[in-house]
Amino acid sequence: MSKFKKNKDGDIPAISTASLPDIVFMLLFFFMVVTVLRDTSLKVQQKLPYADQVEKLEKKNLVMYIYAGKPAKRYEQYGNEAKIQLNDKFADVKEIKQFIFEERQSKREELRDKLITALKVDEETNMGLVSDIKQELREAEALKINYTTREGSPLKNVE
Amino acid sequence: MAKRKAPEVNAGSMADIAFLLLIFFLVTTTIETDSGISRKLPPINDEEEDPPPLKEKNIFIVLVNGNGDLLVEDEKMEIKNLKDEAKRFLDNGGGSGDEACNYCQGPGDPKSSDNPIKAVISLQNDRLTDYGVYITVQNELVKAYNELRNREANRLYGRDFTGMVKDYKNKADYQGDIEKLKERIGRIKDMFPQKLSEAEPKR
Repeated sequence: MSKFKKNKDGDIPAISTASLPDIVFMLLFFFMVVTVLRDTSLKVQQKLPYADQVEKLEKKNLVMYIYAGKPAKRYEQYGNEAKIQLNDKFADVKEIKQFIFEERQSKREELRDKLITALKVDEETNMGLVSDIKQELREAEALKINYTTREGSPLKNVE
Repeated sequence: MAKRKAPEVNAGSMADIAFLLLIFFLVTTTIETDSGISRKLPPINDEEEDPPPLKEKNIFIVLVNGNGDLLVEDEKMEIKNLKDEAKRFLDNGGGSGDEACNYCQGPGDPKSSDNPIKAVISLQNDRLTDYGVYITVQNELVKAYNELRNREANRLYGRDFTGMVKDYKNKADYQGDIEKLKERIGRIKDMFPQKLSEAEPKR
């Protein structure tokens, strides 16, 4: 009698799935660590321009986001003109100051002068709107800004 | 009393639960870390101050119109040539005596800038300029500064300026003397100060 006896019926034994949960949990933890929760849903188009001389924004809790661009497809009823989005809603240029003050209030005092404003502006926006935002930021004394871009050759913007 | 074995819990659905969680996190989170061009806005001055006198040859005017065309020093220019032109202007070193620049490698044209310390790049755009074009121009000008700073950093300290700045940002991981690094960064910045002035766009 051989030690390696054949399966009686000759069919393949079922693969054990006992380690499947472990694998999935591993994936889960990986994603939990490397990603961050989305805090706003975008209502404007966001095709950021390319640039290659970029600096990373390290501390997420010190960044205030201002979005601008044309309303996204789902929000076409708001027109075709580029708009500003603060938090979760469309806003007027004049509301920026209020927004900055509120954001500042919500941070601890020693962090307040380290806040950076990230401008996430669609590449098709006119500079007029961007300069209006910048003027408001100057008046609100939020002078540190960052033009958020995608990494790539900047010449792709002008094609 | 006979010991009874506790019945084993069926773990077959564990995978399903974990998948559910995994999919939830995939949907609600984003991987992106934001990066971009950092700038500092000029503060608003209440009192009207006369701007300090600048020699016209020390100003490098870049105009961008609504169609994305570039006018540099009264000449039309392609965006891809802008960086080299800006570098030539900054690195010119046409000054003499007090204003001489001993590290410049430019042609020393007397009609161009005296010294990188005095050289100012003035960027003006139209309200109709596309944001994409504006970022491209900004990026090219920053690149001109970075390349010149890298050159000097390599000559003096044998390494890239951008690398030094990166090290300074991750202070915790840096092995060497942080004070020395800070001083070196400051010195390079003094050699090529980033003087980028932006006018408010014309209506």
